[in-house]
Amino acid sequence: MELSDADKPGWKSIPIGGMLLEPGSAMKYKTGDWRAFRPIIDEAKCINCLLCWIYCPDAAISRREKVVAVSYDYCKGCGICANECPKDAITMVEERR
Amino acid sequence: MSKIIGLTGDEAVAYAAKQSNVDVVAAYPITPQTIMVEAFSEYVHNGEVNTEFVCVESEHSAMSACIGSSLAGARVFTATASQGLALMHEMLYIASGLRCPVVMGVANRALSAPINIHGDHSDMMGSRDCGWIQIYAENAQEAYDWMIQAFKVAEDHDVLLPVTVNLDGFILSHSMEGVEVLEDEEISKFLSTRKPFLSIDPDKPITIGALCLTDYYFELKLQQVDAMRKSSEVIQKVNKEYMNLTNRSYDLIETYGMKDADAAIICLGSTAGTTKAVAKKLRDEGEKVGVIKLWVYRPFPADEILEAVKKLKALAVLDRSCSFGAPYGPLCSDILPSLYKDGRELKVFNGVYGLGGRDITPFDIEAVFNEALEVAKTGIVKEPLKFIGVRD
Repeated sequence: MELSDADKPGWKSIPIGGMLLEPGSAMKYKTGDWRAFRPIIDEAKCINCLLCWIYCPDAAISRREKVVAVSYDYCKGCGICANECPKDAITMVEERR
Repeated sequence: MSKIIGLTGDEAVAYAAKQSNVDVVAAYPITPQTIMVEAFSEYVHNGEVNTEFVCVESEHSAMSACIGSSLAGARVFTATASQGLALMHEMLYIASGLRCPVVMGVANRALSAPINIHGDHSDMMGSRDCGWIQIYAENAQEAYDWMIQAFKVAEDHDVLLPVTVNLDGFILSHSMEGVEVLEDEEISKFLSTRKPFLSIDPDKPITIGALCLTDYYFELKLQQVDAMRKSSEVIQKVNKEYMNLTNRSYDLIETYGMKDADAAIICLGSTAGTTKAVAKKLRDEGEKVGVIKLWVYRPFPADEILEAVKKLKALAVLDRSCSFGAPYGPLCSDILPSLYKDGRELKVFNGVYGLGGRDITPFDIEAVFNEALEVAKTGIVKEPLKFIGVRD
């Protein structure tokens, strides 16, 4: 559970200059809910060429043995993967919230 | 032992930076600061310093390179003026926000348009809220002395804020004076190698400059407010140490004749020298006048000013820049609310002078003193904001 703003630490107990002294904090920031369009992978078409994995600016594509998968916790729905896929295996579908 | 050498204000700043053993200089030349960068690049060329000199394509890049170097733990110096400072504007806030103890010489110059290369304080006042400690020198000696002290103040872990040392363009930047300088070894002892707050270590990655929204931004600004408050004491502590070394005494403000003055002038920079000379003449003639010079403009030394004006009846505030549409110039806009702090009934008027390098003469200053004495006598301020030395 995320702390409410009022319960977060005060100015005396946080590092100066907004510095983050531990790595990996971006993991805690789930940006998936920014998404307006969701990439859907057609596993039958995917040839596991990994172009989407290379191009994804958010490292939200994960490698698996035969086909790739999208991490919807972090995917912002930019659509670069769908644009780059040489087999048109990725379709951008509007999110319905 | 100290020796006296002939240096212009700009050269004095560059010489101080050289003796302070700076690791990185990233700078771009602009009149009237150019000599600072030129003199320093000569030291680099001659192998007199161990400094990485970064020739950049603009002041924006200069400050960006300074910020990166400072975060990596380097002692960093740069210099600019006028349009260059204006181009740096956004990076100034990043330097202070990321708590980089960069020290910068500013040869104050008017801002365009119309283009003008001469001295006034519009450049620094245009960036006065950038979170930097701001010091104004009266002469080349003070520019040299404050430069060396500035590194010690900036790099103190209770402060970790950038500092500007301001000197009036041409009036100080290009005038040669005898400057008493310290030996290199004395300065190395006074200013030990910088101890960085953070070190860049590939095995311990950190993030600098991360996004920070409604939940933490305000807290980080409060840290800057606190560092600025603490810096007053650190400056005074460094002043004492420096006095032990040089016998030259510095503080947040300097006062002259304020013990018994009825009327006084408060101002910044080189004008304070002329003002003290005029005050001396008037005091010799029996007039009770005094002078307050602000060495440190940010943090604003409100308490020290209040103490100095305890017995005063009238105060003339001289501003070498104009805040268009504001009721007063920037310095006066800081003085008036400070006086309200303890409900003081001091009569104050503001004189804006010297824009675009227009000379302020001893006669101009004597007229201001006479007006202040009149206000002290009558208690009536006829003209709260006046423009001195401008044609109708």
